[in-house]
Amino acid sequence: MTIPDVNWTSIGPELILFGTAVMVIFLDLVIKGKKKDSLGYLAVLGMVFALVFVLVDEGGVIKAFGGMIINDSFTRFLTVLIVGVGIIVTLMSMQALREGSMDVGGYHTLVLLATIGMLLMVKGLDLIIIFLGLETLSIAIYVLVGYRKWVEQSAEAAFKYFLLGAFAAAFLLYGIALVYGATGTTRIEGIAQYIALKNLGTNPLLLLGVGLLLVGLGFKLALVPFHSWTPDVYEGAPTAITAFMAVGVKAAAFAAFLRIFGGALPLLDFQWKDVLWVLAVITMTVGNVVALSQTNIKRMLAYSSIAHAGYILVGIIAGGSVGWSAVLYYLGAYAFMNLGAFGIVVFYGQKEEANVEIADYAGLGFRYPFLGAAMAIFLFSLAGIPPLAGFMGKFYIFSAAIKSGYIWLTIIGVMNSLISVFYYFRVTVIMYMKEPIKEVALEYSLPITIVLIITLAGTIQMGVAPTFYLERALDSIKWLIG
Amino acid sequence: MEYPILSYLIFLPLIGVVGLFFLDHTKEKLLKGFALFITLVEFVLSLPLFFMFQVENGGMQFTEYLSWIPRLGIAYRVGLDGLSLWLVLLTTFLSCIAVLACWEDIKQHVKGFLVCILLMETGMVGVFVSLDVFLFYVFWEVMLVPMYFIIGVWGNPARRIYAAIKFVLFTMVGSLLMLVAILYIYFYHANVTGEYTFDLLKWYALAIPHSVQTWLFLAFGLAFAIKVPMFPFHTWLPDAHTEAPTVGSVLLAAVLLKMGTYGFLRYNLPLFPEAFVSFVPVISFLAVVGIIYGALVAMVQTDLKRLVAFSSVSHLGFVMLGLFTLNLQGIQGGILQMINHGLSTGALFLIVGMLYERRHTRLIAEFGGLSKVMPVYATLFMIVTLSSIGLPGLNGFVGEFLILLGAFRSQFTNVIFVVFAATGVILAAVYMLWMFQRVMFGEVTNPKNKNLPDLTKRELIVLIPLVIFIIWIGVYPKPFLKPMEATVNGMIKRVEQRVNVKNPVQEGKVSFKALKVIESRGEQGA
Repeated sequence: MTIPDVNWTSIGPELILFGTAVMVIFLDLVIKGKKKDSLGYLAVLGMVFALVFVLVDEGGVIKAFGGMIINDSFTRFLTVLIVGVGIIVTLMSMQALREGSMDVGGYHTLVLLATIGMLLMVKGLDLIIIFLGLETLSIAIYVLVGYRKWVEQSAEAAFKYFLLGAFAAAFLLYGIALVYGATGTTRIEGIAQYIALKNLGTNPLLLLGVGLLLVGLGFKLALVPFHSWTPDVYEGAPTAITAFMAVGVKAAAFAAFLRIFGGALPLLDFQWKDVLWVLAVITMTVGNVVALSQTNIKRMLAYSSIAHAGYILVGIIAGGSVGWSAVLYYLGAYAFMNLGAFGIVVFYGQKEEANVEIADYAGLGFRYPFLGAAMAIFLFSLAGIPPLAGFMGKFYIFSAAIKSGYIWLTIIGVMNSLISVFYYFRVTVIMYMKEPIKEVALEYSLPITIVLIITLAGTIQMGVAPTFYLERALDSIKWLIG
Repeated sequence: MEYPILSYLIFLPLIGVVGLFFLDHTKEKLLKGFALFITLVEFVLSLPLFFMFQVENGGMQFTEYLSWIPRLGIAYRVGLDGLSLWLVLLTTFLSCIAVLACWEDIKQHVKGFLVCILLMETGMVGVFVSLDVFLFYVFWEVMLVPMYFIIGVWGNPARRIYAAIKFVLFTMVGSLLMLVAILYIYFYHANVTGEYTFDLLKWYALAIPHSVQTWLFLAFGLAFAIKVPMFPFHTWLPDAHTEAPTVGSVLLAAVLLKMGTYGFLRYNLPLFPEAFVSFVPVISFLAVVGIIYGALVAMVQTDLKRLVAFSSVSHLGFVMLGLFTLNLQGIQGGILQMINHGLSTGALFLIVGMLYERRHTRLIAEFGGLSKVMPVYATLFMIVTLSSIGLPGLNGFVGEFLILLGAFRSQFTNVIFVVFAATGVILAAVYMLWMFQRVMFGEVTNPKNKNLPDLTKRELIVLIPLVIFIIWIGVYPKPFLKPMEATVNGMIKRVEQRVNVKNPVQEGKVSFKALKVIESRGEQGA
């Protein structure tokens, strides 16, 4: 046994974030009162450094730590996405932290640590690393969900998420064990090679392991039927954390999903694609249908995020360079528009989330024209109205599905998108076509303004001029396609 | 082509939108004046399309190309032919009228309203000039949003939200299935030619197997049939029309509905000629049902606006019948009737709106004897009513006559349809004249109507241009028909080349025989 080479730069972003997290913890002890805002800016600064670190990386495929970590274009794409999500989430939390009574230092630290976990999931080339990343992020998120512990719902949500999450982790771990039993390795490449070599396409042990992996990841992705925790947890968590889960965790879990199912198990795709087909259909349909009847905007967005996971699954099923790059593109589009919508929910929710019922949005459109227009754009984008990011994402995913011959899946997908139009438009109905029922006095602050501008620009740009992102997404899946 | 005229037309209203953002939202007159200025400039800019249009050229003119998403074969491709020429001009013309007409009507959230109108104009022009299917789809969907707001925010308080949502959902059902079909053709094209492109003109060269065409025809056709709207997909229309503010109804009737009929000619006919021919009996049947059903339902309406809305269902039935004759007269008549319907129904909605502004009711029973109180109004109303009925000398006659003539001569349409369609003209006379009689003639029974003011100068400026065109087309339609000719001939030729039913049979029961021929050919092909 040799000591594997240690390549620190391969985990540069994680180290930067970790350093930032430690600094935030210590400074939290020193800084008091109003000045705690600076902790948020510090966290953002750390993440911006991490982002720059990835962006200046010259590229190529670098494997480190004995092949457990990989830095390829796929990793880089998702690292930028996840760190970007971290930045936006931190910025949108700052106002709530200033007004509320949540502990500021711990909050930012946990967001940083969760981000590190996500990054590890993305760059793990070994099931163990992926699991490690998943746990790092999960534990941080469990705490964050229950961060408003004096609110009953928040505590309930944390407990629920923790219990179910522990089960899911066990499933995942058991799956890893079975896959290891069948193939003798936990390395992504090793598994693929062994399956090809021994022709294990129908090996029951392996298939059981794959099934358990699917359950474990399905839980984090909130795929139906593993979604039952989602609405309660999304509703109970602080809104910014809900956004973090809906976008960041999902992106990381989908990355791991692609890495495992696309990288390690491509030869089994005749086995898992049919299962995913069914999962995609019920995930889209249940998410959208149940979202129709929600009155709380966080719950509505929770169910809608389930539906969006279903659309992304369609891209995974479609496969190939078009399908998987469509998944990445969609994750990016979804990040912009969903974070934007959540940003407004945080902002409009105000102190202690007083306005999170959809009815509270009555009259917003004309009272705050910019905010109303921004929310309308995010919702239209989520509904898939061109020329916005969400449309382009759906267009790309569905075109991949048609290319691979999944016409019925596409028809089910677009009909689902029709259902979603109803509930997204309903919010604009409330915003523009109803008289206000209460006075909400808003005051823009710097962080929320930055959030809105970035997400708005991204939502429009990814719809109108998608080429830049398309090329990056296509470039990113080269390693997976092989 | 020296300057990109179509791009100016598409993007000028968007510049107007940006301009509106910088204006003070309390200064109503300034906002409306600015919007009027933009639409007028737009109209003036669109006039060269007519004067520089090469009449003999049946292909695309004023074309522009700009790379957009090269990876997917998507580009900014626009162009204009004899079909879209008039629809673009109608759009720019009616947009001016619309801004002028909302002067007194819209008092709340004026800025938002004008933004919606200008966005609509961009979308409408865009739909008619797109030669890239992706671009077309974008404009097609973008249109929904401003119209949704116009109905939902400025509509009739009681049921505006219901109508707005219904409008969106109905339209989306069709357009989403159309998207699937678009993607299918896109990959089909790539499989056949190896080129990934959304270039419509390249798609025209595809020979899609007949069995597949049927499905694609249905997917595109549903989207367009809902928009037209054809019976039985029309149920959103009366609600949307009745609840929308006057200007919304005008744009909806005059331009948005034409996007459906336009779609049939631009997409269904050239892309799926075999399926198009085999669907002639079905569509003609539905068109005739629409003509008669729309007329009968219009007859029993008590609300003026609903009456006009149902008359649209009837008139659009004529258009569809004309398009599916697949001969020069029929299709030309259909296109002309699109314009006619835009002018006369647009005018009718304006006229009803003017009455509504005075009395805040549209119930026929509330009126009576208005011709004595408002003579100028009565005169214009009469002209427009007669045009809608199809009185010779006015525009409606020319269109309907051509359609019926085309249908009678068509080798595809059954002559029975023509007979029933012709009764629609009579029914139109019944419901329109009866309505006119109840509203305008007799004694002034309702004291509230005693002192209604006649039309103001602004209202005259709104109506008179429409009336001029109504009379012009009726008396001398040649300049309107001529530019269409080459384009329509091109379409017919394309169908004939593909379907090859040259020497069929006598007139009359031809269609079914022709059908058999085509079906047997299709089977051989498959």
